[in-house]
Amino acid sequence: MHEPLLEVNRLKKYFPIKTGLLQRTTGYVRAVDDVSFTLLPGETFGLVGESGSGKSTVGRAIVRLADKTGGEIKFKGIDIYGLKEGDLRQVRPKIQMIFQDPYSSLNPRIRVGDAIGEALLDHGLQPKEEIRDRVLEVLGFCGLSSSHYDRYPHEFSGGQRQRIGIARALILQPDLIIADEPVSALDVSIQAQIINLFRKLQETQGLASLFISHDLSVVEHLCSRVGVMYLGNLVEMAPRDEIFNRPLHPYTKALLSAVPIPIPRIKRERILLKGEIPSPANPPSGCKFHTRCPYAKEECAERKPDFRDVGSGHYVACHLVD
Amino acid sequence: MENVDSVKAKAIRTGSRPRRRSSLWSQALQQLLKNKLAVSGLAVVMLVAIVCFAGPLFSPYTDNKINMALMNKPPSMQHWLGTDKLGRDVLTRVMQAGRISLTVGLASMVLSVFLGTLLGAVAGYYRGIVDQVIMRVADLLLTIPGLPLLFICGALLSDWKVPTDYRMYIVMLMLSLVNWPGLARMIRGQMLSLREREFMQAAVVLGLRDRRKLFYHLIPNLIPLIIVMATLNIGGAILSESVLSFFGLGVMPPTPTWGNMIDAANNMIDFQEHPWLWIPPGVSIFATVIAINVFGDGLRDVLDPKMKR
Repeated sequence: MHEPLLEVNRLKKYFPIKTGLLQRTTGYVRAVDDVSFTLLPGETFGLVGESGSGKSTVGRAIVRLADKTGGEIKFKGIDIYGLKEGDLRQVRPKIQMIFQDPYSSLNPRIRVGDAIGEALLDHGLQPKEEIRDRVLEVLGFCGLSSSHYDRYPHEFSGGQRQRIGIARALILQPDLIIADEPVSALDVSIQAQIINLFRKLQETQGLASLFISHDLSVVEHLCSRVGVMYLGNLVEMAPRDEIFNRPLHPYTKALLSAVPIPIPRIKRERILLKGEIPSPANPPSGCKFHTRCPYAKEECAERKPDFRDVGSGHYVACHLVD
Repeated sequence: MENVDSVKAKAIRTGSRPRRRSSLWSQALQQLLKNKLAVSGLAVVMLVAIVCFAGPLFSPYTDNKINMALMNKPPSMQHWLGTDKLGRDVLTRVMQAGRISLTVGLASMVLSVFLGTLLGAVAGYYRGIVDQVIMRVADLLLTIPGLPLLFICGALLSDWKVPTDYRMYIVMLMLSLVNWPGLARMIRGQMLSLREREFMQAAVVLGLRDRRKLFYHLIPNLIPLIIVMATLNIGGAILSESVLSFFGLGVMPPTPTWGNMIDAANNMIDFQEHPWLWIPPGVSIFATVIAINVFGDGLRDVLDPKMKR
């Protein structure tokens, strides 16, 4: 067994709800409620779930864009929330993030080349004279040309901008990349290019990534392990083939049955979920999924299921699975 | 990255088309030059400035030369715009007044933009208590209507018998003190919205220093707004100064400004019988302020397209 690169331990992130003139805290939105997982070096872990399930918040907590409420996050054994400002700055280059919206993630007034090389310069990781060459190298790797160096972000298409965002993260040679829905803002044809770029990254750089997405087919293509989130909880986590061939949690089954298959002849059973995802400010008791679960029993409303190993690295939180 | 060299070589081969580092500023300038209205606005402002600052040097008269023999003479070959009630050449005085009015407008703009930007940026960047204090002071100033406030200050100055030479500077100061809160609000708002943009979050994740975030990411994004606000502010400052001087509370005669020259229109006889006394300074104010605003609008369209109405 390798030493894990990232350990997320019982992570909680609550956002206070403030109401009234005095802005008193009247409740909490439980965006992330007790999530644990580990990431091995070189592994791609996919985090899926519908909007509002807290998957982006997990990513943001790992890069410390959002402070956690509870739990711990260890990167290479170091608790990143225990670090002082200066030490954190040293660790930052090692954990990079790729943002969802390629249009707002680049500063409109900074040339693309400068934006990519900026962090190297600011951290003093490379002598000034070498930075330009290094940027050109990374641009080339990401499928852009050296003529793009001096251009501004507005001169690029969405897909190209996303490549720039990836280049900006890659140049720091991170150990871990958090990709927060990196393709969901792009056209399908462009999505394929960016996914292929990710593929190339995995193969040549061997870096670990946390791939946050709501698109199951993308996750199936890229990830070696998948976690499914529902309302701030991980409900199922398993190696890719395991989860796609033998889903155990009813929510995962419902999600998988909604993935389109490009063969019209194949008929299959669709599991349709009733209603909306409940408010994370006022989550249901017991198993949070019981309000929409087609198989819910009495026990489900009363007791919260444990997140337990059912063999071969397959974890699930459901009373119905034995 | 084992195949990096080949990738790099390919990138250089395919994309080595030399490209001038054309900056965003030169792109904006090109766009601005296409806007005929804005360019003509700038031309008018430049013309007014050149005439005002260079004109008096070529004039055979000085602005304070009193000649009682030539009182209230209509425009003639000697005095192109006639003479006033003390026999002074109106054209020379209009140009001299333009110097003062433009200088007051420019100086009070510089001061209020400096104050507004500094306080607004500090409030928006640090937030919390600093923000609260600065913005409550700004709100306080904004709740008092500007003109009455200026009137009171002007009246106080007259009461304290401030030497007329100093009044010009004090008027500049007064105008900027009234103008900064609006600017500070705009800058703070922009700062707050920039902070939340994804590229600022990216800067956090990249671990950039605060200094770099401020000077490379935030301030360059504020500059277009500042330029536009500053330009539009000059027009407003010129107008406020004229109003104050018109009521005899701004810059005092004998120092001429466009505002105190229009004071002639306060008098029914001058208003009806000697229109050359008040039409030229009136037209000057009108033309200058309109030109500045038209140019400012053009600038805004180019630099800050999101503010377009």
